[in-house]
Amino acid sequence: MPDNGASQAKTAPGATNGTAAETGRQRVRMLISALGMLPVLLILCIGFHVLSEGRFFTGQNLGIVLQQAAVNTVLAAGMTFVILTGGIDLSVGSILAASAMAGLTLSQLPEFGALWLPVSVLTGLGFGVINGALIALLRLPPFIVTLGSLTAVRGLARLLGADTTVFNPAIPYAFIGNGSLTLIPGVASIPWLSVIALLVILVSWLVLRRTVLGVHIYAVGGNESAARLAGIKVWAVLIFVYGVSGLLAGLGGAMQAARLYAANGLQLGQSYELDAITAVILGGTSFVGGIGSIWGTLVGALIIAVLSNGLILVGVSDIWQYVIKGLVIIGAVALDRYRLQGSART
Amino acid sequence: MNDPILEMRGVSKSFFGIKALRAVDLTVYAGEIHALMGENGAGKSTLMKILSGAYRPDPGGEIRIEGQSVRIEGPLGGRAAGISIIYQELSLAPNLTVAENIYLGREISSSGLLARGAMREGVGPILQRLGADFSPSTLVAHLSMGQRQLVEIARALHARSKILIMDEPTTALSAGESERLFALIRQLRAEGLAIIYISHRMDEVYALGDRVTVLRDGRLVGSLDKADIRADTIVRLMVGRDVSSFYKKEHDPDGGRGHPVLAAIDMADGQRVKGCSLTVHAGEVVGLAGLIGAGRTELALLIIGAGTRTSGRVEVEGHEVNIRTPGEALEAGLAYLTEDRKALGLFLDMSCLDNINLAVLGHDAKLGCILDRDKARDRANKAFTSLNIRAANVGVSAGGLSGGNQQKVLLSRLLAIAPKVLILDEPTRGVDVGAKSEIYSIIDNLAKSGTAILVISSDLPEIIGICDRVIVMRAGRIAGEVARGPNSPLTQEGIMALATGMEHLDA
Repeated sequence: MPDNGASQAKTAPGATNGTAAETGRQRVRMLISALGMLPVLLILCIGFHVLSEGRFFTGQNLGIVLQQAAVNTVLAAGMTFVILTGGIDLSVGSILAASAMAGLTLSQLPEFGALWLPVSVLTGLGFGVINGALIALLRLPPFIVTLGSLTAVRGLARLLGADTTVFNPAIPYAFIGNGSLTLIPGVASIPWLSVIALLVILVSWLVLRRTVLGVHIYAVGGNESAARLAGIKVWAVLIFVYGVSGLLAGLGGAMQAARLYAANGLQLGQSYELDAITAVILGGTSFVGGIGSIWGTLVGALIIAVLSNGLILVGVSDIWQYVIKGLVIIGAVALDRYRLQGSART
Repeated sequence: MNDPILEMRGVSKSFFGIKALRAVDLTVYAGEIHALMGENGAGKSTLMKILSGAYRPDPGGEIRIEGQSVRIEGPLGGRAAGISIIYQELSLAPNLTVAENIYLGREISSSGLLARGAMREGVGPILQRLGADFSPSTLVAHLSMGQRQLVEIARALHARSKILIMDEPTTALSAGESERLFALIRQLRAEGLAIIYISHRMDEVYALGDRVTVLRDGRLVGSLDKADIRADTIVRLMVGRDVSSFYKKEHDPDGGRGHPVLAAIDMADGQRVKGCSLTVHAGEVVGLAGLIGAGRTELALLIIGAGTRTSGRVEVEGHEVNIRTPGEALEAGLAYLTEDRKALGLFLDMSCLDNINLAVLGHDAKLGCILDRDKARDRANKAFTSLNIRAANVGVSAGGLSGGNQQKVLLSRLLAIAPKVLILDEPTRGVDVGAKSEIYSIIDNLAKSGTAILVISSDLPEIIGICDRVIVMRAGRIAGEVARGPNSPLTQEGIMALATGMEHLDA
């Protein structure tokens, strides 16, 4: 449901005329749909804490979880925009790699080194806008377009570093990859990567919920033909969402580059698109578009990070981690179906 | 007459406490064409779905077929009981052949392989009997709508159905195809089938019906024998009150017709619209009538920039405006209410609030892009009050509302831009009688305040009831205009003559 939460709470008291039981039931359903997968996340955390004999809820481990979730959260935020319009972006992993390669290559030049960060982000934006233009103006299916750019941009990423790993141990702004923002000196700090991820979520929420563009994104995903007849520039909305997805993939590339001081066009960001899509779907955003929220995406990304971290803590082998994560994806889609059934209309 | 083939006694159906069907008694005999009439929402489709097994009736009623009490359950239940339904939107798979469609779900196979030959031979005689001019191995995608209907009928006969229910079967057919269908229906009657024929069109009921049953608000309000079938009787039964007071038309611009607000000149799209011009004045309600497929909706879409225009121009208040998209039409003050509100109008998952405000969000926004949520809520609450929209609050999603309330939500979105011209395409389709009357008063009030209104409708009594004059389209062209004069009321006959091209025969 696109408009719940805050706006629901603000409903004028005089506007209601349904029976008390009906509004009560409606409120419970609203709550369930707003909370979404948050209970699952909490249960996972507590479960891993118990199974790992108290090693999950430690300051150090939570910092690791937040840091590991950061890049995927940023990618998934962009993916949320795209999936809300009923589309898909399979190319974010490749765009992340190409952006990181472009940034790192530039950072090696002494006179332009400081520009590497914006160049990374803009490289991502460029690829995203190309995706969007192909989809919006040539009316090609998003799956096909981004499947194509998944391969093509991966090739470009390899080309940028002549198919080698590019290092720069003295990369400017390295603090965003490995530093922490100190909240209380000596007691609490939060990794810069996580700060960036939370800011991205916050800005995404503002755009989706507080701007005209946000309503238009939901409208295009809910009913594209109706959106066109209602005077919405559907093509502009589509270019915007794929542009955002590309831009955030570029930002993700910069975050990875700063963290690793290196990038490899072949390996970096492989299959990151799948983690991003999983986070969005886990967060309750409908695959057909029009329904979903950015907070759900944050919860989804945290679930994935907690799963990876927890399974390692508990000592599950790398191989079984794959199996379990795969089953979680299928379970999430099953849940999506169930949720849609729950809101069946006449 | 012989014993009835189908008897329904006291059949009711309620959904969440709302009675869709109240103790309906219906008797149908073999070898008769039984016309079933009623407004949208009167309970026709509920009745049909009970007979097909899609709905289970409330306990207490009884259905007898050939004297035997039966329970029709599940989608195959109707067919098993000898009842076949041909829906408005046909249920054929276009990628399969005629024979495969007829045998769908009951394919003949030998040792696990499909016996295509046997299936072709099996349907041959039936197609011949129906006078089909295509072979069993033709792909359904290659058939015309009339031919597809024949396949549906063949499927029913092949399943040895004794009762055939047809839901507005001529909607998608040309005049010639309709005639052939009527001949076929009469042939089936002669062969002893019982046919329940659902239609809105009086001429078809005259031509075919042996008896007419009228439903209103889920009740059976009357059954007429052939001799008693008269249009005014049926309309009175369907509407349940005197028709003249049903349509709200207090405003009469004749004293001083306003200035021309919308002028569309020589509009054409190279396909369905072939050079149409029309003018609508301030405070005037103009009807756009014509048969289905005459190009009325296409013309409207062309005017608001949603179609590809090959020629023509649009003037608003005397100034030419270049409208290339529906967005530009809204900016010019032209609002269009679609005939298909679920597919092309509403965002069913979004709140009424967002649906109502969608067209003015950009205009209301702070700093050009930040939503003004108080303004939006205010506007939605006002629309709820002034249009009497019934929902728990403005935050509920539009998909959960009834047809009439959905239509009013969609109308509120258009009214929010304070349009100079309002084009309403089938404004009361799928709307209950109460909401219909309310929509007529809204139209009347808008005209009073000077809005120029163009109403596209296939419902002739409606168009006559609410319009000042009626423009009639035929085959993509303006066929003529019927005006309301002091001594010459608008008549259905005058409009139909233009719509069908019969006016030359009178002269």
